[in-house]
Amino acid sequence: MSVSVAHLTSDEMVAHHFDSPPLARRATAAIAGASMVIAVVLSALMGGVAPARVLAIGAVVYALSIYVVSRRVEGRRRGFDRLVTTLVTGAFLLVTIPLVSVIWTTIDRGSARFDSAFFTETMRGVVGAGGGAKHAIIGTLIITGLAALMSVPIGILVAIYLVEYGRRNRLSSMITTMVDVMTGIPSIVAGLFAYSLFAVFQGPGARSGLAGAVALTVLMTPVVVRATEEMLRLVPNDLREAAFALGVPKWKTIVKVVLPTAIGGILTGITLAIARVIGETAPLLIACGLAQDTNLNPLSGRMTTLPVMSYYGYVAPGFPPEAGYDRGWAAALVLIIIVLALFTVARVIAKVLQPKGLR
Amino acid sequence: MSTDITDDINRDTGDDFASGQVNRVGDRVFSGMSRGAGLVILVTLAGVALFLIWRALPALTADPSEIGPGGSEGNGSGFLPYVGTLVFGTVWASVIALSIAVPFGIAIALFISHYAPRRLSRTLGYVIDLLAAIPSVVYGLWGIFVLAPAMAKHVYPWFNDHLGFIPFFSGKVLASGRSMATVGLVLAVMILPIITAISREVFLQTPRLNEEAALALGATRWEMIRIAVLPYGRSGVISGAMLGLGRALGETMAVALILAPANVYSFKLFTSQNPNTIAANIALQFPESTGLEVNTLIATGLVLFAITLFVNVMSRRVSRGRVA
Repeated sequence: MSVSVAHLTSDEMVAHHFDSPPLARRATAAIAGASMVIAVVLSALMGGVAPARVLAIGAVVYALSIYVVSRRVEGRRRGFDRLVTTLVTGAFLLVTIPLVSVIWTTIDRGSARFDSAFFTETMRGVVGAGGGAKHAIIGTLIITGLAALMSVPIGILVAIYLVEYGRRNRLSSMITTMVDVMTGIPSIVAGLFAYSLFAVFQGPGARSGLAGAVALTVLMTPVVVRATEEMLRLVPNDLREAAFALGVPKWKTIVKVVLPTAIGGILTGITLAIARVIGETAPLLIACGLAQDTNLNPLSGRMTTLPVMSYYGYVAPGFPPEAGYDRGWAAALVLIIIVLALFTVARVIAKVLQPKGLR
Repeated sequence: MSTDITDDINRDTGDDFASGQVNRVGDRVFSGMSRGAGLVILVTLAGVALFLIWRALPALTADPSEIGPGGSEGNGSGFLPYVGTLVFGTVWASVIALSIAVPFGIAIALFISHYAPRRLSRTLGYVIDLLAAIPSVVYGLWGIFVLAPAMAKHVYPWFNDHLGFIPFFSGKVLASGRSMATVGLVLAVMILPIITAISREVFLQTPRLNEEAALALGATRWEMIRIAVLPYGRSGVISGAMLGLGRALGETMAVALILAPANVYSFKLFTSQNPNTIAANIALQFPESTGLEVNTLIATGLVLFAITLFVNVMSRRVSRGRVA
């Protein structure tokens, strides 16, 4: 608290708060209205009344005029406070624009090919229009499923070790550091690692679904560890002690008491981890390559996922390019629907399974 | 107190106390499994480093003329000049993204923690988290089809005309908009959620009494935030920014899709002469590469790994210094 309000005498503060009448709601509304009118006029002068331009100019005019007016009526400090409020609120509104725009664009452009053929056909032999993403959807399920199969048990066990067994010893603090480092690995580096690893077994240039799953495991495991660890630490120690006092072995206490108490949070964390890796493109581009047909064998051969298909839909659209673009956007739309569904599921799980004691 | 006692017992006597005599095998198996999983983490990370170094070595030891563009004909420039522009591009794009995202991140975190009605704040936080959920390839497509053309038409020319005397804004504006400025903007949107999430968390942890004391002294809301909330949350904001930086450095697909790259050092934001980033370069080149080209790309990946590792270690150091 080294910064103080010392430069404001208390008299000054009282004066500001009680002597000057606060700006009425009606007055701020009037300023907002006037700002918009000015914005329309200004943008007409600058060449054309476009909604986006009017809103942008209007926001600037409003921020300035509310500051000036409030400063005159309510004093310097209140005026600045209003300016900051306007800026902070404006920043939030501004950032919702890309979110809305991304989702809207994906729905708008993705719906062109969001048809039954898209889910039942593959890209085998397709050059121009037509084709579908059946192979990519299957590939996504296989690769993400394998990654979850590897990272979930490892992640949960690591978290159990950190919280239940290795408290404060050297190995556990080392693991904590390494999990941190792993969280920061760029996804493309994970892809390069998986590629290099499988090059040892299958020779250089080998691509396979399993290699992609390994890359995703590297990205997903630390997320699972973090989420599980956090939830295990929330479990009250009284529960463990009660079980110990009844003579329950430690491992049974963990499996029957600790994990069930934390299960809601753990499942939420796993779901969010899956949502994070299911959209990964870069590591799979390296480790799995691009396939045009369904490949059910993750051990050998190229395998495609939705994000990779979406990428190639733009990079190598075929002829005419519009068909490729449309497929890319449709794949993106399916992907976003999956991710949002996983997000919703995670929230529902968190709500439903939250133990009463931790609410 | 009870916590400490249990901890001590666990640490001193391992599993014996809890298990008694009956079920020791179960305990030993379970604790062995969980320790084994921990070792898997260590082995994996060591594996990542070792495999990358091993596969990168051929590129680092090869004759410089064989590395880089034209390397297959013996006209290459060598590894360091090749990776130099890429490192520059990676850092430059991330710095642009960070300088946009940090002010916005702080403002939005403040909006959620101190301006929005309490009941709404959870939902608003969820809205911002959604930004993080959107896959990067979708951001890339959005960047090319929507953001780049719009900015190149309406925004960049204005900066170029009126502020062109500043070197960043000078040069000929690329009509497609696939320039460093667009990449920086998209990266900023992508790292905003993490900066917001961490800042919001520390802002919400500001001791209530400090805030109320400031208000009781007659501070306005902004003055309360300036003297109570911001000083308290400073280290949190910094570590959030560092984490965002780490993410921006490694971001691949959005850059690979949007940027029109060239092999140059340039600070200009709007032109066609944009240095590429390490990650995007790997994504673009890898599918068509063979032999020594693959080793070269893996070596650049190793450089990227080292950079992000450094940033993450620094961010951890900052956040550990935080007063809990």
